[in-house]
Amino acid sequence: MALPRSAVIVGGNRTPFAKAGGPYAAASNTDLLTAALDGLVARFGLAGRRLDEVAGGAVLKHARDFNLTREAVLGSSLHPTTPAVDLQQACATGLESVIYVANKISLGQADVGIGCGVDSASDAPIAVSERLRRALLSANRARTLPQRLAAFASLRPADLAPVAPQVVEPRTGLSMGQHQARTAERWGITRHAQDELALASHTNLARAWADGFFDDLVTPYLGVTKDTILRADTSLEKLAALKPVFGDTMTAGNSTALTDGAASVLLAEAGWAESQGLPALARIVDAQVAAVDFPDGDDLLLAPTHAAARLLARQGMSLGDFELYELHEAFASTVLATLAAWESAEFCRDQLGLSAPLGSIERDRLNISGSSLAAGHPFAATGGRIVPILAKLLHSRGSGARGLISICAAGGQGVVAILEAV
Amino acid sequence: MAGVLERVFYSGAGQAVAGKLGLPEPEQLRRGRLLPSGSLVLASLAGSALAADTLAHLGQSWTEPLRDTEAEPPAYAERIGALIVDARGVRELAELEGLRAVLRPAVKGLAASGRVILLADAEVDGLEANAVRQALDGINRTVGKELRRGSTSNLIYVTRRVQAADLASTLSFLLEGRSAFVDGQTWTVTTPHRLVEPVEAPTPATPPRLVEPVETPTPANNPQTVPEEVALRPSRRAAATLPATSPLTDRIVVVTGAARGIGAQIATIAARDGATVVCVDVPASGESLAKLANQLHGTALQLDITAPDAGEKIAAHVASRYGEAAWIHGIVHNAGITRDKLLANTDAARWAQVLTVNLAAQLRINPILLDGRPGGLADDGRIVGVASTSGIAGNRGQANYAASKAGVVGLVRALAPELAGRGITVNAVAPGFIETEMTAKIPIVQREVFRRINSLSQGGQPVDVAETIAYFLDPASAGVTGQVIRVCGQNLVGQ
Repeated sequence: MALPRSAVIVGGNRTPFAKAGGPYAAASNTDLLTAALDGLVARFGLAGRRLDEVAGGAVLKHARDFNLTREAVLGSSLHPTTPAVDLQQACATGLESVIYVANKISLGQADVGIGCGVDSASDAPIAVSERLRRALLSANRARTLPQRLAAFASLRPADLAPVAPQVVEPRTGLSMGQHQARTAERWGITRHAQDELALASHTNLARAWADGFFDDLVTPYLGVTKDTILRADTSLEKLAALKPVFGDTMTAGNSTALTDGAASVLLAEAGWAESQGLPALARIVDAQVAAVDFPDGDDLLLAPTHAAARLLARQGMSLGDFELYELHEAFASTVLATLAAWESAEFCRDQLGLSAPLGSIERDRLNISGSSLAAGHPFAATGGRIVPILAKLLHSRGSGARGLISICAAGGQGVVAILEAV
Repeated sequence: MAGVLERVFYSGAGQAVAGKLGLPEPEQLRRGRLLPSGSLVLASLAGSALAADTLAHLGQSWTEPLRDTEAEPPAYAERIGALIVDARGVRELAELEGLRAVLRPAVKGLAASGRVILLADAEVDGLEANAVRQALDGINRTVGKELRRGSTSNLIYVTRRVQAADLASTLSFLLEGRSAFVDGQTWTVTTPHRLVEPVEAPTPATPPRLVEPVETPTPANNPQTVPEEVALRPSRRAAATLPATSPLTDRIVVVTGAARGIGAQIATIAARDGATVVCVDVPASGESLAKLANQLHGTALQLDITAPDAGEKIAAHVASRYGEAAWIHGIVHNAGITRDKLLANTDAARWAQVLTVNLAAQLRINPILLDGRPGGLADDGRIVGVASTSGIAGNRGQANYAASKAGVVGLVRALAPELAGRGITVNAVAPGFIETEMTAKIPIVQREVFRRINSLSQGGQPVDVAETIAYFLDPASAGVTGQVIRVCGQNLVGQ
C-alpha cells in the first residue's frame, strides 16, 4: 500500500541506560523523559518550537503520572503548546509511540512529532495492599469516628506491608522469566547459545561506543556518559560461571537487568523535514502488532513471530529481505526461540499458517550495535533506543536498505516494524 | 579554606585593610552595549576627518577637546566619556605635543570606565615618521597604565584607504562596554579585501510580532496621515548609522568547547547578537551542552574535535540541520585544555594532549571547512582562534600550553593573508587572567596576584573574551584580520 505521505525518522536521543538503583535512583520518570526530550531538542534545534504531538509512556507508572508525557514536554525546552499523549503497551510502548506518530504523519494529521518512552525500575511506584486500600477508601467515605475505626477493624498486620510492582503475569502468576524458562526448554535453547548471544550483545555495544556511534544518539545525564550495564570485558567464561536464575539455562548474564532510562525519536513528514533543513534517515514502511494465547499455553514472548508473518505477507516480503534485524533481547533465549520458530516448518505451518518456514537470519545482521542484554532494558524506552539505531545504520548503507524491528511485550504481545533508508 | 580567606578579603573590613595595603576594591567595569556616560571628545591632530566621519557613521555627536596650551592646564567642567584622538597624518616628533596637550586634561577628566582611543596611520615612510608611529604605541601603553577607575586606552592603526564604514565596528566596540577588559592594546584595521555591495540599511529592531499586524489605512483613504517625506528621513538615516545590535542575525556561528566557561559565554554573546549557534563539545559534556543549546535556541553537536573527521562532522551537522545551502558564518576555535607541569616533569602524553586539542584540531578542521563543501565556511566568513597571554609571554609550568597558544597566534597571522581574497577574516583573542572554573583552582594568594597585575587591577570575565570575539564575528569587522587582541586588562606580562 503506497501511503500518500511518508513518515521519516529524523534522529533520536536517549539517556545512557543505568542499572536500577544506580545513578538515576533519585530520578523520576518525568525527569528522565524530560532529559531525553531536551537532548533531542538540542540536537535538532527545536527549542521553543511547537511540535504537532509527542507520544510516550512508561510501564511502571505512578498514579500521579497520568499525564507523564505532557508533563515532560512542559518541563522540556519544547514550546509549551506542544500537545502530548500517554500510551502503554508494556515493553512495546516505545515502538508503539513511534508508530502512533508515524501514522498521524502518514494520514496528514501531523507534520512532526516525537515518539518516546521511559522507565525507572528504581523509582517504581509502591502500592498498599488491596485490603488496606479498601479500608482507606471506606474510612474516607465514613461520616463518624466509629464508622472510620470500623473500616480498619478487619486489617491484619500483613496488610500494612507495601506492595512493590512485579513483572508477573496476572493470569498465570508466573514471572516473565519463569514463562521464558518454559519457552527456552520447549525450544531446546542451550545455555551456551544464550551466553554466546549475550556476549555478542556486549561486544557489539562496546564497539559501537568506542567508535563514537552513539555521539549523536545519546546525551549524558546526571554525569552518566555511557550505558552502565555494558561489560566490555565480559567473556563466555565469565558468563558461563553465573548461576541460573530462571530454569536451568537462564542467568543474570543472558537476561536483561532492571534498568532506568529514557529514549526519544524525532519523526517528520519527508517533505516537511526537507523544508526545515532536517535530515531524514529512514522511513517507517509498515508495522504490525500481534498477541498470543499464553494463558492457554502459547509462549509468552513469541507474539512477534506472528506479527512478522502477517507484516511480511501484507508487504509481499520475505524474512530474508532485510539488511539488518533488531530483535529486542528481553532474554537471550527469547531471541533464539524467535529465530528457531521462524526456522521451524512445523511452527510456521501450525501456528503461523504458512506453507513454508519464514527462514533464517544471518547472525552478522542481527543487533549489530548491541541490544538490551548489554544496554539494559528500561521497558518503555527500548523502542526509542532501537528505532534511531536501526535508522542510522540503514542510512549509512544507502537508500533502500531495509531493516526489521521486533519487540516482545508482557501480556503475550509483540510488535514488529519495517524501516527503509531514504 | 581558600574560599573563606577570599570572603574575608572581599568583606567590608577586609577591604578596608586591603585598601591600606594598596589593594583597593577594583572598579566595576562598564560592560555590554553601553556607551560611556560622559560626552565624546574628538581631537584631530593633523586634519584627518576619519574619526569624525566614523562617529557620524555611528550616529554619535562629539565635542571639541580642551588643550593644555596656557599656563594653567584647563579642566573639563563635567567628566567626559571618551577622548578620541585622530592622529592620522602625524609624521613629526613635534606634532606629538598636540597629543600631550589634549591628553593632559582628558586623563584627569575621564569618567569611570572612560576611554582613550588613538587612531594612527599603519603605513608611514621615513625614519622620523616611523619613530613617531611607534612612539604613539608607547604613549598608548603608558596612558593605559596611568588611567584609573576602569578607564582604558587603545591604539588603532589604519591603512590608507580605510573609510568610516570600515572603522565603525572597531570604534563602537572600543567606546562601548564590550571592550571593558581590552586595555593598552594596539591593532590594525585595513580596507576589506573584497568590498561587498553596501547592504540595505537594517530596519530598527522590533520585537517579534505575536499577532498579525493590524492593517494600516492606505494613504489614499486617509490623506491626513500621509507622512511627509522629509519627516521620514531622520529615522531612516538613524537606522542606517546606528550600529547594528544584532549583526549576526541569520548567521551560523560554531563554537567549540561550548559546554562551559568562556565557550558558553562566547555562544551566549553570539546568540545575543542574533547568531544561530552550533554548540560543540565532547560527548561527555553533552548534558550541559544540550542545556546551553536549548537556552540559546541553537543546536548541540557532541563531537571530539580531535577526531580525524571532526571538520567533516561539523560541516555535515550544519548542512543536515540548516539545509544544504547553509554556510557557517564564523567558527570559534575555543576548545582547549591544560596539562600543566614544569618541563622537567612533562612527558610525551601531556605534551601531545595539549597540542592536539588546542592547535592540531583547528589546523585540521579549517581546511575542511574551507574546501567549499556544503555546511562549510562562507566566503566573507570568520575564523577566530583563542590564544593566551601565556602563549605570548610564556608561563612557568605551561610549556605545552604556551606552545599551543603561541601556535594559534602564528596560525592566525599566516592564514589571514591566505584567505583575504575570499573576504574571510582570521583573528584571535589572547585572554589574560579570566575568572573561570579553571582559574578558581589557583591558590588564593597567587590568584590575587595574577588578578591584580594589570592596569585594571582585577580579573576579566568570560564575557569580556566573548565580546571581543563577537567584534571579530561582526560582518562590519571585515577590515580586521590577522589581528591578535589581548583581553587582559593590560596584563604586565608579554608584549
